[in-house]
Amino acid sequence: MSAAAAAPVSTRKSVRRGNAPRGPRHSIMSRTGAMLIMGVFTLYFLTPIWWLLVSSTKTGGQITGTAPLWFTMESIPTFFSNIGRLFTYSDGVFGRWLLNSAIYAGLGALLGTIIAAMCGYALAKYEFKGREAIFNIVLSGVLVPATALALPLFLIFSEVKLTNTLWAVFLPSLVSPFGVYLARIYAAASVPGELLEAARLDGSGEIRTFFTVSTRLMAPALVTIFLFQFVAIWNNFFLPLIMLRDQTLFPVTLGLYAWNSQISQIPELRVLVIVGALVSILPLIAAFLALQRFWSSGLGAGSVK
Amino acid sequence: MTSSSISPALAKGAQKPRRTKTFAAQRRAVLLFIAPFAVLFLAFYAIPIVFAVVQSLLTVEREGTFGAPQEVFGGFVQYQQVFQNTEFWRSVGRVVLFGVVQVPIMLGLALLFALLLDSPLLKGKKFFRLAFFAPYAVPGVIAAIMWGFLYSPTLSPFGLITSEVNVLSAELVLWAIANVVTWVYVGYNMLIIYSSLLAIPTEIYEAAKLDGASNIQIAWRIKIPLVVPAIILTGVFSIIGTLQLLAEPQTLRSFSSAISSTFTPNLAVYTTASVPNYHLAAAFSVVLALATFILSFVFLKATQRKVSQ
Repeated sequence: MSAAAAAPVSTRKSVRRGNAPRGPRHSIMSRTGAMLIMGVFTLYFLTPIWWLLVSSTKTGGQITGTAPLWFTMESIPTFFSNIGRLFTYSDGVFGRWLLNSAIYAGLGALLGTIIAAMCGYALAKYEFKGREAIFNIVLSGVLVPATALALPLFLIFSEVKLTNTLWAVFLPSLVSPFGVYLARIYAAASVPGELLEAARLDGSGEIRTFFTVSTRLMAPALVTIFLFQFVAIWNNFFLPLIMLRDQTLFPVTLGLYAWNSQISQIPELRVLVIVGALVSILPLIAAFLALQRFWSSGLGAGSVK
Repeated sequence: MTSSSISPALAKGAQKPRRTKTFAAQRRAVLLFIAPFAVLFLAFYAIPIVFAVVQSLLTVEREGTFGAPQEVFGGFVQYQQVFQNTEFWRSVGRVVLFGVVQVPIMLGLALLFALLLDSPLLKGKKFFRLAFFAPYAVPGVIAAIMWGFLYSPTLSPFGLITSEVNVLSAELVLWAIANVVTWVYVGYNMLIIYSSLLAIPTEIYEAAKLDGASNIQIAWRIKIPLVVPAIILTGVFSIIGTLQLLAEPQTLRSFSSAISSTFTPNLAVYTTASVPNYHLAAAFSVVLALATFILSFVFLKATQRKVSQ
């Protein structure tokens, strides 16, 4: 699979050349053109989010009655009253949904990352029988669409009477073949074999070496794997849709989906859906901002020489 | 390029165990490292696939009209139904059309943005990178809700457009969904391509520059060929994603009556499973998974050949 070369964040050593001197020959024309393209698309990408932010500061009537992309005089108090209603509506079920999402995605991705890292690390740093076979199985797992698994998972979980439980969404989310694939590439690139040999000579056990030395070297990569898996679980819709009936178990996406499909019967839900959508994307945007240096730059500078 | 960046990794990984004493310890360690993933993979990946295949080979029979339903082996009965189900194949045709149009546009834009970010022409790269990537933090369901409001003639800030052209109509709704998907994923694909651009050592360009090559020539002749593997990766994921479309159309159904309950293959699976007709739904799932697998595999192979030529 040649795509191996294109792991989302490059692991190859590279000299960043951001500010390398480049001739001042670029004409004003091409500079303006480039800025113009990027400017127009910035509007495309940010306007919907801006609209969401502005709309969440309005009452139901104001959303249709006032300028859609700008605030009203009472925006600030309206926003807080909307937030208050969001978290109290239907016994505060929205807070529950946020918590559920945090469990499914946060805890799930954390455990999933550790599990994937261990497996990928073993595939990269040890020679053993069946290594290639396991890796190939994992690779084909990457190509199996997660949604194709939702229905059979539902049937299996209903055999053991575990549908409509937290486990039904949590457990399948732990498996990330793509995480293993990335972990293998990263481990191969960032954990030098000589270091492991040295640790062995020092009498450090393999497991201990992994948790104390190797995970540290792989840390930036692990953050990336965590983020990808977090987003994958947070976005997963089919599995909770098919597994869960009890709305106190819903992740926030499924909850908002349910509210949204009731708007025609209960119009006041429209405001709550809009505010809820805003509140639910904020943690992710915050996480991306906070972890920016991990996912954005070539993690590269691995410790291999 | 194709092999150059993975082979050092493999070479590093393949170290010979030197002592037999540590060898046993290493074998134990390998087992411990792999076991958790292996168990979970078996339980929640491998077994469900086998189970789906088994279910798809069963059928429900009744003795007489009022007899108790019984599951019996039905061979390829369900698959016969799958192939005769025009709704299902229409949904497959729809996502294929979607993919043929949307994936190249999305990846083209992603490549363009990545190249611009990598060029010396832009100021404020950090800002653009973040602004373009931000939609990726919006889950498909929520993106669809947002755009659903933006599309609807009464709510939209673009009322001038949406009251003239109903983007949620039967003719346009597929492209309304395409826009949502593009909006969410362009930035993500841009980053994958961009980070592989960053990994190209600058020296490669220096010579070309000394020879007076323009930025466009450098982009076209040097950069793009070097990031082909990244583009292939994004292509495969986009193909998989397209065939799996579910959250966006399902959510937009409350905004548009033009989206039927079998609009995409996965919607057909969901609808059939809610009937409930698990056996037929399982057969749909198996066909869909196989089609996805084959398509992405063929795509990988086809592009690999092109790259190596």
